[in-house]
Amino acid sequence: MITTFADTFDTLFNLQRALQARAASDWLQNQTTSQGPFPPINVFQQGDALLAIIELPGIDKKDLQIQAKENTIRISGKKAASYPEGVSVHRRERSFGEFDRTISLPVQLDADSIKAEYRDGILALFLPRSERDKPRAVKIS
Amino acid sequence: MATNQELQVQKKRELDEKEETTIAARVFLPNADIYETQDALRVILEMPGVEKDNVEVHVEEGVLNVAGRLDLSKYKGLQPLYTEYNIGHYSRSFRLSSKIDQSKIGAEMNDGVLSLTLPKVEEAKLQTIKVK
Repeated sequence: MITTFADTFDTLFNLQRALQARAASDWLQNQTTSQGPFPPINVFQQGDALLAIIELPGIDKKDLQIQAKENTIRISGKKAASYPEGVSVHRRERSFGEFDRTISLPVQLDADSIKAEYRDGILALFLPRSERDKPRAVKIS
Repeated sequence: MATNQELQVQKKRELDEKEETTIAARVFLPNADIYETQDALRVILEMPGVEKDNVEVHVEEGVLNVAGRLDLSKYKGLQPLYTEYNIGHYSRSFRLSSKIDQSKIGAEMNDGVLSLTLPKVEEAKLQTIKVK
């Protein structure tokens, strides 16, 4: 990786981010093929289905891709910055860039009936379990 | 500014207040970008999950207060299986360095991002003085 020192703050912040990422990326390590811990995800149970709620403020829907297969979901996209030129910056805490994350779930998903909704900076994924994965009552004869 | 780097999770910072609230809900500091143009101060705050009707902005004695309430009822009846981040309301205050025209403050909420435009009053604007 070539690092230019045009912006000293960027250099410093990148290093800090890289260090933090190393410490924080233990999530689901033996289960997921995640390429990065962003975006953070919460998974809830809703009846038979799963509901994944992901915080992604300020993203254009066009820049967001969701793919699903069997028991994995891939969320990728980019968060673009748009600031006018020639302003004096007081604070810059928001981060921008690209992300790509794959999550493996412990259940098989019905990929065709997954629903995604993006509102108020929250991505909600409604993940129904596949029929063959659902438990069945066994009749005793 | 490097824009194509991989995004990382930013740990949510919690609001540190002297007094405790009576409701045991968490309050976080929204991530902020602030920049100044010639005639206004722009404040951009990330408050994912906050609807635009639940945002409160006011300027009092040179301090800008922003509060965003999360609709926690949406999470009612959901049983968490796996969690990586905490949820809560948002609140943050900034002491403003230049005088702001309070009647002209503009606020816009898009995809969980609040953009505030705080126009400076005439006297606070930079005057260029020509040397004769």
